[in-house]
Amino acid sequence: MPGTLVIAEVIDGSVSPASFELLGAARKLADEGAGPVAAFVAGGDAQAQELIAHGADTVYTSSADPSSLAEVLLPAVDAAIEQSGATIVLIAQSSLGRDLGPLLAFKHNTGVAMDSTEVKVENGRLRATRSAYGGNARAEHTWKSDPQIATLKAKSHDPLEADSSRSGDIKAIDAVGEARIRVLSTEKAESTGIRLEDAPIVVAGGRGLGDASGFELLEQLAGTLPSAAVAASRAACDLGWFPPALQVGLTGKTVSPNVYIAVAISGASQHMAGMAGSKNVVSINKDADANMVKVSKFAVIEDYKKIIPALIEEIKKLG
Amino acid sequence: MNIIVCVKQIPDPETPASSFKVDEAAKKVIPAQGIAPVVNPYDPQATEAALRLKDAAGGGKVTVVSLGPDSARDAIKHALAMGADEGVLLSDPAFEDIDNFQTARALAAAIQKIGEFDLILMGRASADWDMGVVPLGVGTLLGVPVVTVAKSVEADGSKVTVERVLDDGFQKVEADLPAIVTVSNEFGEPRYPQLRQIMMAAKKTVQVWSAADLGLGDDQLGTANRAMPLEALYQPKVEVNVEVIEGDSPEEMARNLAQKLRAAKLI
Repeated sequence: MPGTLVIAEVIDGSVSPASFELLGAARKLADEGAGPVAAFVAGGDAQAQELIAHGADTVYTSSADPSSLAEVLLPAVDAAIEQSGATIVLIAQSSLGRDLGPLLAFKHNTGVAMDSTEVKVENGRLRATRSAYGGNARAEHTWKSDPQIATLKAKSHDPLEADSSRSGDIKAIDAVGEARIRVLSTEKAESTGIRLEDAPIVVAGGRGLGDASGFELLEQLAGTLPSAAVAASRAACDLGWFPPALQVGLTGKTVSPNVYIAVAISGASQHMAGMAGSKNVVSINKDADANMVKVSKFAVIEDYKKIIPALIEEIKKLG
Repeated sequence: MNIIVCVKQIPDPETPASSFKVDEAAKKVIPAQGIAPVVNPYDPQATEAALRLKDAAGGGKVTVVSLGPDSARDAIKHALAMGADEGVLLSDPAFEDIDNFQTARALAAAIQKIGEFDLILMGRASADWDMGVVPLGVGTLLGVPVVTVAKSVEADGSKVTVERVLDDGFQKVEADLPAIVTVSNEFGEPRYPQLRQIMMAAKKTVQVWSAADLGLGDDQLGTANRAMPLEALYQPKVEVNVEVIEGDSPEEMARNLAQKLRAAKLI
């Protein structure tokens, strides 16, 4: 096969971590017979060198503003596909990727597998696995025609260690698309404390808390842990117990912390869809048969009102 | 202002995991017993946005389109009960198990058949397959810009202004009409239809269009013409590996949990 093209992103001047994960996935595909790895970046030589160090054989650079919307980058990405001859395109499941993947697919009369968790080469064709039905099902897709386009879920693939001795070609592309959508302003989310999506520990509460005061206990628990954020299930947000902006689930935020402490959350697919990527789940639940308990590493089967205050004291003792 | 809203009926995402079953041979979800399908949770927000824009413009028409089996009529009725004016159901055996590539083609054809529109609104994704591909596909096929993941939408006679939700913040953009905007949960609560409106909705017109009505042939529909064949659909094996923390009192359980977490270097 003639290769994989990775769409790298530059955020605030640096290549995004997700871009390196895409390169890691592309190198794995190369090992499986997919051919050389090319990358596209709206950036300069410095970013291109970083991409080469992380696994790109060729980098196509565009001088377009890295924060451009997908429709502006589309012609340059197209040119990179054409020049590289790539039959596979990997894109991050990011604000840009969510738009760019489908736009690219429809332009080429092909499909796109969004938010894929695994990609592999089988019988010379790409096969992507993704989650569906709120994590209750897995679907495996192939493509009828090229390019075979997939966006990859964040942290689903490992980046390679940077190797500054690697070498590769850098080629400039100057195609720019028409901006039918005009950006008037962009603001970063205000960061009071740690961002929910970045928190290594998330303490989340559900309908089983019984009332809004349960979240005060969760806040106290989070306060005793380093870099912990508090979140809620949709049921708890719908009841007005916690801000909807901090909802985890299908219609809320997606998180993949190292530790997810689920307090009085049963684990409907709506909620699991937002936290299934958590590395270690801890359940505090009265119901031993709750779905959340089944996916947990540790579970305490007891009323959270009795456990959390004691847990806060014990964590303080451990220091 | 003439607005088209696309809605979809899906299995209830609040279905307990224990009731969720897949027919792996047929590569289909088996409908859960006693749990009715629902309107995709983002879609009422798209309908709400349409109704507010129509009110702000002082007139116009909101047309609801849904592709699905006959039961998808309920998803259209829900939008009509909220206040939309007319419905169109795209229903045909040839639409069964088509992918988002084909769905976008059918919707684009239906929108062209409806004719004049200023704005198309859709939910940001459907909660079953959770891809978010269809709106961008319809936009490409119709040649109109697609503004995704809106938390607010305003429009005057010539352009739409949207506040988008980004991974790490917000972005305000504008585009000339006609355009497509996808609405996210950050938009806020949609209105809840009252009984009187539900009864009034029963009198509103829902047209039913087949594949032939849309000019779509067998060479474009059916699973054989998916852009992305579905090779497998299955339930992931959940390895139950939970360690239940024991203790004679809540204090002891809490102590044991804290120590386990520390030993595992999780806190």
